[in-house]
Amino acid sequence: MATEGEKRQVKLLGATLSPFVVRVRIALALKGIDYEFIQENLKTKSELLLQSNPVYKQIPVLVHNGKPVCESMIIVQYIEEAWSNKARNLIPKDPYDRAIARFWAAFIDNKIFPSLRGVFTGQGEQLQKAVEDSVTNFLLIEEALRTNQCFAGKAYFGGDQIGLVDIALGGMSTFIKAVEKATETILIDPKKMPLLTAWMHRFCKSDGVKEVMPDPVKHAEYISARRATMISPPTAN
Amino acid sequence: METCAEDEVQVKLLGGSTSPFVLRVRIALALKGIHYEFIEETMRPKSDLLLQSNPVHKKIPVLIHNGKPVCESMIIVQYIEEAWDNKAPNLIPKDPHDRAIARFWAAFIDDKLGPCIRGVFRGVGDEKQKQVEESVANFLVLEEALRTNPCFSGKLYFGGDEIGFVDIALGGWLAFVKALEKGTDSVLIDAEKMPLLSAWMDRFCEADGVKEVMPDPVKLVEFICATRVKFASLAAAN
Repeated sequence: MATEGEKRQVKLLGATLSPFVVRVRIALALKGIDYEFIQENLKTKSELLLQSNPVYKQIPVLVHNGKPVCESMIIVQYIEEAWSNKARNLIPKDPYDRAIARFWAAFIDNKIFPSLRGVFTGQGEQLQKAVEDSVTNFLLIEEALRTNQCFAGKAYFGGDQIGLVDIALGGMSTFIKAVEKATETILIDPKKMPLLTAWMHRFCKSDGVKEVMPDPVKHAEYISARRATMISPPTAN
Repeated sequence: METCAEDEVQVKLLGGSTSPFVLRVRIALALKGIHYEFIEETMRPKSDLLLQSNPVHKKIPVLIHNGKPVCESMIIVQYIEEAWDNKAPNLIPKDPHDRAIARFWAAFIDDKLGPCIRGVFRGVGDEKQKQVEESVANFLVLEEALRTNPCFSGKLYFGGDEIGFVDIALGGWLAFVKALEKGTDSVLIDAEKMPLLSAWMDRFCEADGVKEVMPDPVKLVEFICATRVKFASLAAAN
């Protein structure tokens, strides 16, 4: 069967809660690509992971016909290009629109994620600063949704359908909510960020996304447990 | 010539003479044979055009094509390739997997190598030494890739026979790295430990399109030394 064959041809090394893995799962789901999901235990990394991603030894890794692709947004672009004939298109056709999409995806990776990580791992003043940075960054996204011609008035950053920027940010949704819960902070305030809030709600409910999003309750528990280990230092190294 | 003049008006590059990121874009434009107006940004103060064109980061380079701004150097390079895809040479491979490999290494250069080089630039004493060691470690990873990665090994450039995406990503840094080595009395690209990278570096810097846009090495060393003095006095004042 084509599906079984396809499944063998496409493997995804990952972990269900990783926002980076979620991004790739969303892209695969939207393209209707079947794959074998290989759950990685990050404390004992598999031989396959170490061989497929020797530079970073991190998930996600997509292995397509035996060839590995690493780094979540690079994988998403690869999925679009390797299956370019399969609807839907995740990346705009126009070079300028692509540049805008890549810009905001890079903003999410280079600004938003580090500030979120700062909230996740931070304490006291550091936590407070990370929260402020995160809010500032989210406000820039809100502004873009409001005023950028590529995005304003549309259902998604990708227009009528989910695209590259939606995947980049949306993949982080349960991570963001879990971190808010665990730190008792508000990073995406519905009053200050109505468009972003509406977008996130719409994104999380859409086909292709809702089936692969982590369980928010499980994700929140996981993040809280991880923070608890950071607050109380380990008794043995 | 009419075409050149049209091109020039349609394409502007906001940049500076010392930035490796601006240099990447200049190399891509030169290789594609695209004429443009270069607008030197002093950065102190930042021009209105810069602030309007890149309100999020307020940084150079910014490419403005037909009035529309594109920001972030490697995003600009991809844009140049795609907006002028009928113009040889192609800067990015056609095959999706080869593209993914090219993007991976360009991202490595930006995410891992770049911060270390900046750390050497800004660092003093022990911290500087640590950044030198990390830079060397990252350059060794690239040496290894040149040696063993089937996409790169045995070829003239990361892009194959011709300069490509990864060459531009790394090559933009070369003038700055050489000047930094002089200005800080350190060795980041050791010819003995990194023979392939050294050979690639010489080849890249001599290539048509590249050599014409390389900054004046003497001025770059002066800039680096002068700026390091400023960093040191700021650190001492704190």
